[in-house]
Amino acid sequence: MNHLLEINNLDVKFDTDEGRITAIDNVSLTLDQGKVLGIVGESGSGKSVTAKSIMQLNPGNTIYNDDAKIIIDDENVLKFTSKNDLKKIRGGKVSMIFQEPMASFAPAIKIGHQMVEQLMLHKPLDKKKAKHISIDMLNRVGIADAEKRFNQYAFELSGGMRQRAMIAMALSTMPKLLLADEPTTALDVTIQAQVINLMKDIIKEFNMGVIFITHDLGVIAQVADDVAVMYLGSVVERGPVNEILKNPKHPYTRGLLNALPDINNLDAPLKPIPGNIPSPLDRPTGCVFRTRCPDPTHECKEGSIEMGLVEVSPGHWVDQCCINCG
Amino acid sequence: MSENILSVNNLSVSFDYQENFLSKKQKIKAVNNINIKIKKGSFFGLVGESGSGKTTLGRAILGANKISEGNVIFHDDERDFDLTSITSKEMKEYRKKAQLIFQDPYAALSPRMTVRDIIAEPLEVMKITKSREETDEKVREIASKCRLNLEHLRRFPHAFSGGQRQRISIARALVSNPKFIVADESVAALDVSIQADILNLLKKLQEELNLTYLFISHDLSVVAHVCDIVAVMYLGHIVEMAPSRELFSNPRHSYTKALLSSIPSIDPENKSKAIELKGEIPSAMNPPSGCVFRTRCPNPTHDCKEGHIEMGLIEVSPNHWVDQCCVNCG
Repeated sequence: MNHLLEINNLDVKFDTDEGRITAIDNVSLTLDQGKVLGIVGESGSGKSVTAKSIMQLNPGNTIYNDDAKIIIDDENVLKFTSKNDLKKIRGGKVSMIFQEPMASFAPAIKIGHQMVEQLMLHKPLDKKKAKHISIDMLNRVGIADAEKRFNQYAFELSGGMRQRAMIAMALSTMPKLLLADEPTTALDVTIQAQVINLMKDIIKEFNMGVIFITHDLGVIAQVADDVAVMYLGSVVERGPVNEILKNPKHPYTRGLLNALPDINNLDAPLKPIPGNIPSPLDRPTGCVFRTRCPDPTHECKEGSIEMGLVEVSPGHWVDQCCINCG
Repeated sequence: MSENILSVNNLSVSFDYQENFLSKKQKIKAVNNINIKIKKGSFFGLVGESGSGKTTLGRAILGANKISEGNVIFHDDERDFDLTSITSKEMKEYRKKAQLIFQDPYAALSPRMTVRDIIAEPLEVMKITKSREETDEKVREIASKCRLNLEHLRRFPHAFSGGQRQRISIARALVSNPKFIVADESVAALDVSIQADILNLLKKLQEELNLTYLFISHDLSVVAHVCDIVAVMYLGHIVEMAPSRELFSNPRHSYTKALLSSIPSIDPENKSKAIELKGEIPSAMNPPSGCVFRTRCPNPTHDCKEGHIEMGLIEVSPNHWVDQCCVNCG
């Protein structure tokens, strides 16, 4: 079976005043229908840039490498340039939910109008039909009084409600692939639990593929089937969620897990990963993690080992440099 | 000498609200009848969802919000400061003793001042130091305590990462040698690894400088780790308060239970369902009568559904206080 989404050898660079910055370095990922791929990593690790590349939403100074491929339905969407083609990936086959639901809605246009507008752009529907679908969608994401909410503005809704409306809007075009960029980060825990349950139900019902970006490993554990851990633009470890969280092989993944306060073990000390994430302007050569590795080998300190994932157990891939590090 | 550093007695804070200039003025009670005592040298945690009044309470304690009812008393070594009857001269004195660390290290630091000037500003404004040399010495001393590189003092904030900026904010709060610190969501904007680093730093400074913290956060696992005693707020009320181990192992209020069960577990096999609270926190403009939690309580008794039961904390086991309405709910 073909994968729903295939990212091959993606490099992303940004041209800035201070020089050319490598944001993504040789990332390859796959996602199947009905599955949730979680991407975790600290800020600046390239999680969002990866997702935005799929919809070509990165800014104008972005440079993609020539042999990079992002394949959806046998088409390399990275080569899309015409308006009609781009429409297919921006809201057609692919939808995106952003972190800050307040910033994602236009403040002076009614929510219903925004939903109907984008729906009519992507589907051959008249206004009445589009409205019907939108209200139905609002109902399905658990918004009470959908008819009334349809005619309200974003500021009249609470944070959790806005994120639900955002999800309803993203799903109304029936995308095959949903990109969720930190969808629960700005929400309180009780609302986060509601939104996560809602998303799980919807993923099952629509049989979509989802890329779920977050820095919260707890959220990943609850929603994802597979996980990719990113550090400084590279995927350093990926595999099934159980395997990654219970049997992490990369020192960075272990570091993230150790830094997490565990409510079931209050005596465990909090262990930060030593050092700071390097500036993308002076990216380490060789293994990107070597400047913070707790126990680097001689060769990797020198930076002479190339990055590259190797399979350590079925489906579990780890960067070759760090398999044997502390 | 009292063993408490701060006593909050029956504190309420209300704001005036007017829908438009023709309508009647309303009062919104953001913080309602709060009683807490904070022991010297403790790490006091305050948790709750957005809109529960955590920040308003913290600001009222620092004298940044007007107190509508009740009082706040700060017990210093020689004397007490009563914030309801404080003079502006005393207020200046109080500001040296009680300081605030903000949430967002990107917004809290002026981009046009060097790190040295940012940290030195409180000393100059409060006229603590007499000469430039003395100021520099104090700045260097606190900067090294906060593990800032002294060569970085001449740089501007844009050159620093989130974690380093938060350390600069902490150094600035501590430079006037305060005794009491309100840390308002001070690690919420940071990555987990940096968060662990900052929490360890706060703990270390507490021992070295003999500090007392009021730590405001919405993240229960963070609070569980660092705080000695925790108060849970909901809609302007404290609904449960206990030593943190007791609270997290034996929560009594259904709101605390729901909050705890909502923390996503790190174990993928443990997909235990959160106790889902229906709906959202009601607006403070028209709070429910009686028990404020009754509109979302998973298992309310008949009396509390009707709103007949008054709010008030009772002690269920030593130092474990729960709202009387909800002791038997859930």
